[in-house]
Amino acid sequence: MRRTPAALVEADPGPAHTIEFDGRPVPALAGQSIAAALWAHGILAWRTTRVGGRPRGAFCGIGACFDCLATVNGRPNQRTCLLPAEPGDLVTTQEGHGHADLAV
Amino acid sequence: MSSGRPRRLLHPPYDLAVIGAGPAGLAGVVAAADRGLRCVLLDAGARAGGQYYRHPAPELGAARPDRLHHHWSVFTGLAERLAEHVAAGRIVHLVHHHVWTAEAGAEWRLHAATGADSSGSAVIGARAVLLATGAYERQLPFPGWTLPGVVTAGGAQAMLKAGLVLPGRRVVVAGSGPLLLAAAVSLAAAGAEVPAVLEAGDYLGYARRPGVLGAVPGKLVEGAVHGAALARHGVRLHRSSAVVEAHGTDRVTGVTVARLDARWRPVPGTERRIACDALAVGHGLVPQIELATELGAATRTVPDGTVALRVDRRQRTSLPGLWAAGETCGVGGAELAIAEGELAARAIAGAAPSRSLLSRRRRLREFAELMAAAHRPGLDWSAWLRPETEVCRCEEVPVAAVREALDELGASDARTVKLLTRAGMGWCQGRMCGPAVAELCGGGQQRGADSRPLSCPVLLGELAEPLDG
Ligand SMILES: Cc1cc2nc3c(=O)[nH]c(=O)nc-3n(C[C@H](O)[C@H](O)[C@H](O)COP(=O)(O)OP(=O)(O)OC[C@H]3O[C@@H](n4cnc5c(N)ncnc54)[C@H](O)[C@@H]3O)c2cc1C
Ligand code: FES
Repeated sequence: MRRTPAALVEADPGPAHTIEFDGRPVPALAGQSIAAALWAHGILAWRTTRVGGRPRGAFCGIGACFDCLATVNGRPNQRTCLLPAEPGDLVTTQEGHGHADLAV
Repeated sequence: MSSGRPRRLLHPPYDLAVIGAGPAGLAGVVAAADRGLRCVLLDAGARAGGQYYRHPAPELGAARPDRLHHHWSVFTGLAERLAEHVAAGRIVHLVHHHVWTAEAGAEWRLHAATGADSSGSAVIGARAVLLATGAYERQLPFPGWTLPGVVTAGGAQAMLKAGLVLPGRRVVVAGSGPLLLAAAVSLAAAGAEVPAVLEAGDYLGYARRPGVLGAVPGKLVEGAVHGAALARHGVRLHRSSAVVEAHGTDRVTGVTVARLDARWRPVPGTERRIACDALAVGHGLVPQIELATELGAATRTVPDGTVALRVDRRQRTSLPGLWAAGETCGVGGAELAIAEGELAARAIAGAAPSRSLLSRRRRLREFAELMAAAHRPGLDWSAWLRPETEVCRCEEVPVAAVREALDELGASDARTVKLLTRAGMGWCQGRMCGPAVAELCGGGQQRGADSRPLSCPVLLGELAEPLDG
């Protein structure tokens, strides 16, 4: 059997629920942060930078770096490494400062 | 989410407010409650434990959380005592309370952003405050370090412990300091392939003070346990080596590693490439002390170049009513954090410090200082940078801009570099680039602690509200 984090701690998380990332369904376990759910699905980037338009995702994992920002349920600049994934959450890649819709 | 935002004190003033529910804060709050103080324990996170005892959410149903920890029973012991005190009404435990500023006084006022998304607010009063806010990681930039898949070593550890996830399947671990070994062991135990661990420092530094080492046999055992675990998983530890570049376009696909000389300059001709889909990297930890330094608390420079709070034998800071314990006094690990939390609590309650606690703290603190010296960044680490390498991740400021500010625009300290380049002015307020910028400004001689008026972003409305009373 392949070693996994869940197997290591003998986790029994129950069935996954679903969040949506840029229109795609992504499974998430109750208790996981949005960033953790995305990592578990092999997704490492969910933001593009303001100047270079470069992809970024979770870096520090503890709420200190702000690289993991995303738009969650319409609210930009949410730190996904801290935010628990709730069933049906709509997560979209955040572009720039997250207020693109306000641009004139 | 709160709608009406109360600016009044939500709670009657406590005897003691403890900020941070890591090993230091937990030990402090239960010891203070044992002595009859009415306490409030505040933490930004969802659960007690801090960085060391970070663990899966209960919903994940982990039967063996101890497999990701050393000394798990120490945590469960503290958690049980906390629960008893909470049940008895001696401790109020407030999770998701991020204290963004503290007002000093005979009665302190702590302003917190509340809720998982920090959208609420609260003000808590207390006659004494114990600052146990721990540390975050120090990062030294290198070409490619902003690629997705490059994560901090502690972040990989934190995401694994809390969310049971890995950043990739083949994870190189690099940087400096003992956290690398802990992270590599956890990653390998959880199923990642770890092709190499690269430690930029040289563990020979420890051998210079055999007396200090000999006084903390537990630390030697811990090192040996990590070493054995790495060997069991077939992980090789390379000393005096570093990742000098991460490759990839949209995510990391490999790294170039090189041997370093004593000043951390890459030795030409020693480069080789390792394929990987993630890199966990960190260069030690930085005490998180801005709540205290904003009020003018005295600091000291630790041998690894970071700045920590200066405390006396009883963990008192230079500010009346403010105490500190754990990594805020200099990075030294969970065991030391616990000893200091307990010492602080006793002192706050007016009890005499126990001899054995004092001696344990002294031995562990000396070891911590030795460890810090052994992993201090070499003078020439910046030799692996390129002009276009980003230093500040938030504001995307390249090395060339920082060097221009230093060499041509006359900046001589990190503060001026910040004003000229915007390095450190972004979301993270310099937590990620601050140490590197300070190093680029001349490392050793400079500065006090980073200045950061707010410890986390707060809504403008929050600042605009007048404070009552
Ligand atoms: C990301 C990371 C991972 C680590 N992993 C390990 C490891 O695996 N093994 C190991 O030996 N050591 C690890 N360490 C080192 C670890 O910091 C210490 O050994 C130990 O946890 C220190 O205890 P502490 O109580 O001083 O601080 P911490 O454990 O860091 O606890 C500080 C607490 O304060 C809270 N906090 C911080 N600021 C605020 C604020 N403004 N308002 C409210 N709450 C706040 C935090 O949420 C945290 O819970 C890690 C460090 C980091 C940064
Ligand atoms: S990953 Fe750093 S803040 Fe979320």
